[in-house]
Amino acid sequence: MPDLGISVLFRGINFQRLLLGLWVTLRIALITIGVSLVLGLLFGLLMLRKNRLSRGFCRLWLEIVRFMPQLVLLYLVYFGFARLFGWNLDGELSAVLVFSFWGTAEMGDLFRGALTSIPKHQRESAAALGLTRAQINRYILLPQTARRLLPQAINLSTRIIKTTALVKMINVTEVLKVGQQIIGQYYREPAAAFWVYAAVFLLYFLICWPISLLAGWLEKRYQDGPAAGAA
Amino acid sequence: MDWSFIAAHVPDYLAGAWVTLRFGLYGVGCSLGVGLLCCLARYFRVPVLRGLAHGYIELARNTPLMVQLFFLYAGLPRVGIRLSAEACAVIGLTFLGGAYMAEAFRSGLESVDRAQREAGECLGLTRAQNIRYVLLPQALATAVPALFANVFFLIKETSMFSVLALMDLMNVADTLRTSGGRTVEVLFLLAAAYLALLLPVSLAATFTERRLRYAGFGNQRSV
Repeated sequence: MPDLGISVLFRGINFQRLLLGLWVTLRIALITIGVSLVLGLLFGLLMLRKNRLSRGFCRLWLEIVRFMPQLVLLYLVYFGFARLFGWNLDGELSAVLVFSFWGTAEMGDLFRGALTSIPKHQRESAAALGLTRAQINRYILLPQTARRLLPQAINLSTRIIKTTALVKMINVTEVLKVGQQIIGQYYREPAAAFWVYAAVFLLYFLICWPISLLAGWLEKRYQDGPAAGAA
Repeated sequence: MDWSFIAAHVPDYLAGAWVTLRFGLYGVGCSLGVGLLCCLARYFRVPVLRGLAHGYIELARNTPLMVQLFFLYAGLPRVGIRLSAEACAVIGLTFLGGAYMAEAFRSGLESVDRAQREAGECLGLTRAQNIRYVLLPQALATAVPALFANVFFLIKETSMFSVLALMDLMNVADTLRTSGGRTVEVLFLLAAAYLALLLPVSLAATFTERRLRYAGFGNQRSV
């Protein structure tokens, strides 16, 4: 019975339509990852400041992101901002804003964690050897931080990609929505929905899985080996 | 902010929170079971099951819950497998959560020295006894922070139940929002409800982790 439906995927330009829908989510994810990476590093540095005000600010930001489901944050921005401030943001922009707000805090926390996990003596030994501050950052702290941060940052990227599935809820025509349109068109073929949703499921998997594998591989590699190539 | 509106609709949110919490907890409970089984299958290298568990974990961890739910709720009925919204909620959350729990248990088990398992075997413990009395207690102590993080994550993920015909918090809010136009109040209550659900989980996590540290289990090497 199911074989009646699978052909729907490849009829006409249906598959291209799905891929185009997927591109919409991926575009949101890519922009979010870029923004989170840059702002996250700043956020991490801000968290490490001794200043109480900046630390309190970061703490509040982080707790909001930690406690609110991303869908709730999306609703707050997409529906709430329109009502509160009269800003009618379109779905994609709201998504990028919300996911970047979330990603920045997460990335910042990862960066802070990676930086503080480097033993103190690394910095002290470098200073004792007469390295300048810039040299310490460049040759001692940066390589070690990057090694710890990279696998986690890559994992965060897959989480961001998965989270973009939510934009369907704020009327962005992404892959799920396109899938529903296709299903609506072929309502005479009962198994179409099964295959379309299975295809969307598989598409997400095919994107996220290799990235997860890469993160796992990097983590293992950086853990096992000696600190070769640090200089 | 219209406080009388808020006061009038608190009961709706309580009902929604109860739905979210109930199915969230069923899902978390089942996830723990599935996660433990998958993790043990991999730890003891059980033929076939071990491969299945690995495949399942990769599949569940690399796809969004929302897509999983759509597949369960709107895809499967078309090939003759009809599940209620409630069943989809629990199965979906378990499918996702089981994989995350398996990873948490695995990190716990891996922190237990292999000699512990071998010593248990030498003493003539059966595999079940070994798991029950030697491996699990030690593994759990290390896995607690990760397990709690997963519970927290899964309760947050319950917001995806809104794609099912289930009057959870998100759908309660959505219904009120589209009917009344009091968007700000509706969203305020929504955020407050999730905070109220998650705060106890967060506090419980902090409390348990502190107790474990006092007990001396927390001094494992952290990466």
